[in-house]
Amino acid sequence: MHPTINKVSESITTAFRLTSEVQSKPSLLYRFFSGVAMFALFTGRYFVELVKPPYEFNELLKQCYRIGFQSLQLVGITGFIMGLVLTVQTRPTLAEFGAESWLPAMISVSIVREIGPVITSLICAGKVSSSIGAELASMRVTEQIDAMEVSGINPFKYIIVTRVLATTLMLPILTVFNDVISMFGSLFGVNINGDVSYNLFFAQAFAQLSYTDVIPSLIKTVFFGFFIGLIACYKGYYANKGTVGVGEAANSSVVITSLMVFIIDVVAVQITSLFIGT
Amino acid sequence: MIAVTSTEINTIVTEEKVIEIAGLKKAFGSNEVLKDISITLNRGENLVVLGKSGSGKSVLIKCLVGLIEPDAGVLTILGKDIATLNSEDINILRKKIGFLFQSGALYDSMTVIENLFFSLRQSKKMSKNEKLKLVKEALHSVGLTDVEDKMPTELSGGMRKRLGLARTLILKPEIMLYDEPTTGLDPITAREISELMLEIQSKYKTSSIIITHDMACASITANRILVLKDGLVAATGTYNELQESTDKWIFSFFN
Repeated sequence: MHPTINKVSESITTAFRLTSEVQSKPSLLYRFFSGVAMFALFTGRYFVELVKPPYEFNELLKQCYRIGFQSLQLVGITGFIMGLVLTVQTRPTLAEFGAESWLPAMISVSIVREIGPVITSLICAGKVSSSIGAELASMRVTEQIDAMEVSGINPFKYIIVTRVLATTLMLPILTVFNDVISMFGSLFGVNINGDVSYNLFFAQAFAQLSYTDVIPSLIKTVFFGFFIGLIACYKGYYANKGTVGVGEAANSSVVITSLMVFIIDVVAVQITSLFIGT
Repeated sequence: MIAVTSTEINTIVTEEKVIEIAGLKKAFGSNEVLKDISITLNRGENLVVLGKSGSGKSVLIKCLVGLIEPDAGVLTILGKDIATLNSEDINILRKKIGFLFQSGALYDSMTVIENLFFSLRQSKKMSKNEKLKLVKEALHSVGLTDVEDKMPTELSGGMRKRLGLARTLILKPEIMLYDEPTTGLDPITAREISELMLEIQSKYKTSSIIITHDMACASITANRILVLKDGLVAATGTYNELQESTDKWIFSFFN
């Protein structure tokens, strides 16, 4: 292994330990800043452990299955309803201006650019982050993480790296799946009050879509996935206070990741506007 | 299961020090849990640590494996000062130390056999058949049979302790650290676990630190007993010596 990586990892771990010990001090401001510092170190350690062999491929695949495949049903149903409702509610307004033919294009752009990524991420913030937060917190309070550590197994690499990487990889895939299903929901919505063929609907929908809509939104979901995994793991990994801590970890994971999705979204929109201009 | 008495075990205790703790201090905020602890553990010896709840017994052994960082003191394990080791060296050292947690700390998402295989996952040079042989041997040595495919939640308290022991024994540790191994068990099962610990000492030639409140366990397993009080070592000696102590507080522990 590269000695520099090893050295960085060790100094981060040491710094983390020092910071975690001062976190118990009562000052609210001190706790806030030490919490931010701990999270920064946790993030740094993630990147160090990510590149350090050995790699946990089997566990990564298992987590991808749990986080990705097992979320397909929920993401699909939500996406279909979202596309349907959006279409049904938008149609009367467009009809007033005689612009009903714009409906497929408008729906596709709004789903691909914004609604698809944000809704998928919020679903994952609820389903995945609460599950990761509670699971890790439970492992912490039942000393399973300590047991791994004393067996000479690196729990950070086995538990954290695999889960964060899985959410980072799965969120863009789930978003694409959600976008596609939403478009079918929209097609269904269009056909409730009219008769639009599959070919015509999708031709109109794709006519207004470009790479500048698709690529930035997919890049955005990579960040959504990364932070959903990272925050949930952080909350679970450092949980305490027994069973109360498990509940708190699950709850705070959902609250913070949901908030984080909106914050990243605002930043992403600004950056996209800056570089692409629309 | 072969019953081994502590008298027989005394013959295998040597003067070689496997653990040396000097001036260990640990505080959590203003609560000084360990004030100045100095202990040695000889090779082949079972050292029982007694003390009231909250006296820092578990903190002591968690400091030894690096789960808790001490505030001061020198901890030497198998001739290595753990403060000078990097994370990789600590991991290598940890493989020579078995730790039985009070709760068992079994991986509850894995079956019994997966729990044992998990401990061997870093033994890349070993074939699957060799690993399976070790797993079966470890289960047999703790008296567990026909439970391979069960989940830890399906096991009784005694079986969970046995599985926890098997999981640590599979790595053939030189040192065993037991954190309240008989807590929460009925007297018969507690005795069986205590006898199993003696058997492990004899079969695997382990040196052990046993944290317990259970005097029956202490009387069965201890070669030497150490009593902690107010973060300091209050007394050391054999079970019989301490049983006759003139100190009221220590006497109350044994009677």
